[in-house]
Amino acid sequence: MSVAVSEPQLAAFRERVAAGTLTHDGLAVEYDGETDTYQIETPEHHTAIAGDELDTVDAELAAYITNWYFYTHEIATDVNRAFCRWLEHADEHAVPERYNALESGLSREWGQLEITTTVSTDGSRQYELRHIDDSNVEASALQSHTNPFDAREIGTLDAKNRYRPLRTAPSLKTGWIFSDLSATELYEAVEAFYPATVVNWYREQRGELDIDHWRDEQDRQSGIYNLITVLPDEAVEWAAAACCDDSQCLKRREWQLSEDEPLDAEGGEGVFPCRGPCSMVVAAGREWAKLERQDTQTYEFELTPSEKAQLEAIIDAVADDAVDEIREADVANAANRWRVRYLREKRFDENGNLSGTLTRSDAEANDS
Amino acid sequence: MQSLVIVAHGSHLNPDSAMPTHTHAETIRETGAFDEVRTGFWKEEPSLREVLRTARGDDMYVVPLFISEGYFTERVIPRELRLEGWDPELWDSEGISADTATLVASDIDKEVHYCGPVGTHEAMTDVLIRRAVSVTGDETVGDGFGFAVVGHGTERNKKSAKAIEYHTERIRETGRFDEVHSLYMDEEPEVDDITDYFDCEDIIVVPLFIADGYHTQEDIPEDMGLTDDYREGYAVPAEVEGHRIWYGGAVGTEKLTADVILERAADAGAEIGDAIARVRQQTNPTEAVVE
Repeated sequence: MSVAVSEPQLAAFRERVAAGTLTHDGLAVEYDGETDTYQIETPEHHTAIAGDELDTVDAELAAYITNWYFYTHEIATDVNRAFCRWLEHADEHAVPERYNALESGLSREWGQLEITTTVSTDGSRQYELRHIDDSNVEASALQSHTNPFDAREIGTLDAKNRYRPLRTAPSLKTGWIFSDLSATELYEAVEAFYPATVVNWYREQRGELDIDHWRDEQDRQSGIYNLITVLPDEAVEWAAAACCDDSQCLKRREWQLSEDEPLDAEGGEGVFPCRGPCSMVVAAGREWAKLERQDTQTYEFELTPSEKAQLEAIIDAVADDAVDEIREADVANAANRWRVRYLREKRFDENGNLSGTLTRSDAEANDS
Repeated sequence: MQSLVIVAHGSHLNPDSAMPTHTHAETIRETGAFDEVRTGFWKEEPSLREVLRTARGDDMYVVPLFISEGYFTERVIPRELRLEGWDPELWDSEGISADTATLVASDIDKEVHYCGPVGTHEAMTDVLIRRAVSVTGDETVGDGFGFAVVGHGTERNKKSAKAIEYHTERIRETGRFDEVHSLYMDEEPEVDDITDYFDCEDIIVVPLFIADGYHTQEDIPEDMGLTDDYREGYAVPAEVEGHRIWYGGAVGTEKLTADVILERAADAGAEIGDAIARVRQQTNPTEAVVE
């Protein structure tokens, strides 16, 4: 692609190089004041350029210089910089190759976000943000946003207008687009969709991610959440498998029972890490801690084999959030509403007890 | 570079809980008084545990959007933010005078200014009065009106009643309203019996709560007899036993609350220029917005 270094970029470049050797992203430059010559080294070439020829460098060198300018002058923080570099696979491709790819746009996924980076002829980047499921939708068919903080509101309710207390649940609604964000604005929008994910990913990249394991979390609780200290270890295993699966949360669970006691449950494949049990898991853990205090007891039910299988199918449908996918008249599906209502009519007594079997004996019910 | 970090409770069940936090954050962002305004939550994301790492300022001001001193401001927030050496004694407060303490947050190895809660700042009195204006639509409201400040009660936090009494007394001292009383949800004087405590025909009722939710939208309107069923809503004013009740809902949703957040940060040393004056003007429901 054709790239040109602007006057302000050149001025900044001259000033920077005059202060000492510049090395950045494959570019190394030294300035010899006596001869007014720039010794420029890239993976592709070594060139000596006179000071008055700097404004006519070829596209390849212009790419390196504008790339340096963008990353040092247009991005304010190390985290934002690392994120933008990741978006354009900076560690894998040299600058000119990257520019060619960015000319038509380079996309990467961050949870359910598709972020497309493009580069202008002066090296500045523009970022487009949309839902991955809208990847092939015409931009004009999507609701356009420019304020990155709108992302918080977009992410508050799912497509069925249900509240999303867990921002990283895979239930982000579609139909919106941020078509032209700066690096800073992109960072803010991603932060609003998926709070703290970029900074935790950055810490992980640097080998500095601080993980709070379950036992750390237990030890820290106070008040009503003290109760999680009595949750059995095997229940933590079930909780992690139930709540932290990729179908429920897009973070990759890195926390274990403790540093030396890994959980068997899958941590997920997410690009950004989960560094500790979230407040949803802690609140659920408190509930399970209460429930796990109960002992099992033996019940006797009369069910046909298909009715037993039906109960299992109903649990699966609810657990997999598949209830809405069951067609109205698909009575062959065990979790179909008519099938379930039929089962209730047949097997529940007037008090809602399955097969007329009390949940607790009369004596127990009186005790409680 | 200055950062403001507003920390609040949030909710797993009710999206309205965090709404005031976000609204006030946006109001403050627009003033440009801080280089960035971040929000963190006990129940939402980013969590209190992770919010500081999302901020990048050299001067960080943490303001709890909570009504009173107590369990959250003295224990949960400092623990989750990892404020090294925190001790409630640093605030040297008996319940309503917490100001600021400067401590290193080990999460980011930087000093942060940890401010007292919004609800006990003296400027909150102005927000309560502003609420009276916005609920009646009358800039001069006062004469012939009673004012009830409603709190949860002391069941869970003894200091919460102190904040209620503090503002009740301050509103009373203005002499603006004919009668001013504190009422509670779960102790006497109870909000259920509101008409027993006022002679005024018109009574403005403002709960000292941060966000609207179960208590302010369901319990209190039903307890006062504004409606038999909160789902059907209620009139403002509503007639109850010969009185007109002007129910204002949670004071924390009043836009002027952003001002109290700014005051807290300014008290702790933040340089915010004329942001307080601008917010006061821009959030006034009876004045034209001045750009």
